This record gives sequence, C-alpha cells and structure tokens, in this order.
Amino acid sequence: MMLGTRTNFGWGRVVGLTILALAASVVPLPDAVELLRPDFVALTVLWFCLLSPRLLGLTYAWCAGLALDGFKGVLLGQHALTLTVIAYLASKLRLQVRAFPPLQQSAVILALLWLHEFLLFWLDGVAGHPVTDWRRWLSVPVSAACWPLITALYSRFASRR
Amino acid sequence: MSSHESDPRPLLLGGPALGLRLIVLAAMAAGLMVADHRQHQLAAIRDAIASLAYPIQRSISAPFEVWASIRESFATKTRVEADNVKLAADNLVLRLKLLRFDALEQENQRLRAMRESSPRVVQRSLVAEILQVDLDPFRQRVLVNKGTREGVFRGQAAIDANGIVGQVTRAGPVSAEIILISDPEHAIPVAVNRTGVRSIALGTGRSGLLSLPYLPQNADVIVGDLLVSSGLGGVYPPGYPVAKVTSVVRDPAQPLLAIEAAPLAGLDRDPEILLIWFDNAVVEPPAESELKADAAPQRPAPVPAPVASPAETPTEAPPDTGVDAPAGAAPSPQPPPPGNAP
Repeated sequence: MMLGTRTNFGWGRVVGLTILALAASVVPLPDAVELLRPDFVALTVLWFCLLSPRLLGLTYAWCAGLALDGFKGVLLGQHALTLTVIAYLASKLRLQVRAFPPLQQSAVILALLWLHEFLLFWLDGVAGHPVTDWRRWLSVPVSAACWPLITALYSRFASRR
Repeated sequence: MSSHESDPRPLLLGGPALGLRLIVLAAMAAGLMVADHRQHQLAAIRDAIASLAYPIQRSISAPFEVWASIRESFATKTRVEADNVKLAADNLVLRLKLLRFDALEQENQRLRAMRESSPRVVQRSLVAEILQVDLDPFRQRVLVNKGTREGVFRGQAAIDANGIVGQVTRAGPVSAEIILISDPEHAIPVAVNRTGVRSIALGTGRSGLLSLPYLPQNADVIVGDLLVSSGLGGVYPPGYPVAKVTSVVRDPAQPLLAIEAAPLAGLDRDPEILLIWFDNAVVEPPAESELKADAAPQRPAPVPAPVASPAETPTEAPPDTGVDAPAGAAPSPQPPPPGNAP
C-alpha cells in the first residue's frame, strides 16, 4: 500500500510544481515586497533533492534553472549552473539533512541558498553587469525562513491521493 | 521517514556518478553562458523557451489585467465627468498647437529640403501591451505582447505619450523584452533642448532617475532643462523628449558635473507602449558635425559640449547584451576636434 501512494508522484506533478514555482518567481508584487520575494525555484529544487518522495537529481535542477533563465530573460545557463551546484551539495548531504529538526534544516538551506546567491552574484560580475546593491541578499534569509512552509505545503501536495 | 522503501532509486546518489554528472552539467551550463554572452547564437533556444513561457506569463498577467479593467468599468460617474472636462481642455490646447504644427511642418520640410536631408520622423508605430510580470528587480526590463511576427526587431525604439521609454533587447516570435532607459546597462544620447549641449544619459536602476555624468563644470545646464534624444547612434529618433533635469551639483573638486534627471515617460506606470519605425537613413556623424560647425558661430557662447573623457565612456556603457545603441553611440557625441571639422 505504501508502494501505491509513492508511485503516484508522477512526472505530471513534478512538472506542475516546477511551473508553479516558475510562475511564482515572476508574479507581479508591490515594489515594497518585491525584493523580499523568496526564491521559489531554488526552494523547489532543494525540496526535490532532499525530501521529496520522488528524489530528483542534478539533471532536473539543470532543466529547472534553464527554464528560469528563459523566463527571466537573463543569461542562459546562469541559474542552470547555480541550481545544479546546490542540487549536488543537497544530494550529498541528503541523509544528514533529512534527520535534522526543522530549524537546523532551515540553517542548512540558508547556507545553500547563500551559496546559490553568491554564485549568481559572481556570474553577474563575470558576465559584465554586476548588481552590487546589498538588497539582492535580502531574498536569501526570507527564502530560508519559508523552507518549513514550503516543505509542509509540498509534502501535503505529494501525499494527496 | 519511510519513503525510501518504495523508491526504486538508490538512496545515496553518491560516488563518482554524482560528481561526474555535476561536472558534465556545469560544463554544459558554462558553454551555454559563453555562447549566449559572446556570440548571441542561442536565438533559437531562447525563442523556444520564450514561446513555452509566454502562455504562462500571459496567464499570470491576465488576472491583473482583468482586475484593472473591472476597476475601470466601475469608475464613478464623477470621476468620468472630471476626466471628460480635463480631456476637453487638453483637446483645446492640443488643437491650438496643431494649428501651428501644420505651418511648422511645412517650414521644416522646406528647410530640410534645402539641407538635402530627409526628415527623420516616425513613420509607423505599433501599440504593444506590457505584460504584468516582474522580471528582475535590479534590472529595468519589461515584457510586451508583440514579437517578430508583427515585425518587431532588436534595437527598435519604444515610446509612450510623454517620451522615450526604451528599446527592444530581445524579440521573440510573440513577445519582446524591452530595456527601459532607466536600466543601469542603458545609455541614451541626449541633447539639452535649450542650448543644444549634447551628452549621454545613463540609467541608474531606479525608474525615476537618470544620470548624466559626462558634462564638464562649465556646461550650460540648469534644473528644469528638457533633455531630448539627439538621434546619434540611430536607435532613437531625434528630438523626442527623454527627461527633465532635476538636480545639478557643481562640486569644484570634481572635473565633471553630477546631473540627475527624471524620465518623462511613465516607465513604471505605462500599461502599453508604442514601438516605432522611423527612417534612420541619415544618421552619419559628418552631417551632425557639419550642423554643429554651422551653428557654432551663431551662438554667442557655445559650450564645447560633452568633454567626457573618451577613455571613460566605454567602461561606463559596456558593449554588452544587445544594447548596441549606447555602446555604439557612446563615443560619437564628442564633437570632432577643431582641426577635423570640415
């Protein structure tokens, strides 16, 4: 019976969740909170690498990153690279992280997201259009704070039916 | 967590397989980035992703548009009446201007014919709707619902009723990305309408602010001056309003002025913009410098316009990501050295 519920998590749901995350990352927000927008795609990728009943790996992260690049109109491959890197680390740390209590999990997520943002910052600079505004780092703690919420939401979504 | 029992895949995707995959995927991503950045070869891939993304972006935008139209249709009678009064007044003013405009256009054509140059005016325009999606909070770019199918091309100028908005950086089949003049990577060649002093207005990343860092201390610029496009570089038609100077800081310790200007176009308010086609056949700099040389004796104290250090300009306007105009136009606003003048 366990088997039945697990295999239910098909590609349809994976694609659906990814599209939702992509959409959430470009939905218009008021200017005041725009800078606080959590990085939904990165959180989704991390969830699929850490906690999802259907574990996904680097290829998924790469594809999601490429889609995000196309969506936002930034340099193609930028998010593909950064998301693949954090997906790799998440896959490596999976067993430890799964055993952590929620708060500690959030701390790991914070570190991974910080690395993700740092890589993006660095790539922006290499590509010749650096964004040195300090507010770009605001989304990292906000995203990490959203982690418990995201996991609760996604695992409910995953175990439905 | 009992979820592993059913998962057919190995619990630890460890070892060389994982590391190898990381290296392969990272190399692929790096290759994509280089190809996209250096050669702009990935138009096909971009178009494919853009076409896939468009329906999703459209559906994100739709509820906001519906909400706006609902609010519009429930506007109170008094507001509509007030609008009506205002529009009638505006109409009267515009009609009066139009009366003069016909005569001026005639005269302008006659004068241009004498100078043997064709008039560079907007020939065709296309209304494009701005999609309500936030791209990147640190870049001033918007997405519109017209693409190459309607003839939109890269480098096309976009304006609204009040002034210049920006230019197309990427044209997909059904959508296009527009860089606003306030984007930090954008620079637009401008002229002060009052004096003819030419310079470059750079975006700052804030929608209400442009900066003009290349004017010398003795340049004749005051608060309230209108900046119009100078037409150099050929991307924007000349003479269209761009911004109004809001502050001029003369710090004697600095060689150049610190000038700020507010764009006239409603960059963060426009629901739609106009993409324009104009005849930019006559943009060769010699004609401009000739004009300058002709005009110089008539002005009592002509300010030797932008003495921006040529070394500085290219670094400030990086030749990058398809914003050809600023990069190409950057050096041209320098007046030719006196010896070269024809």
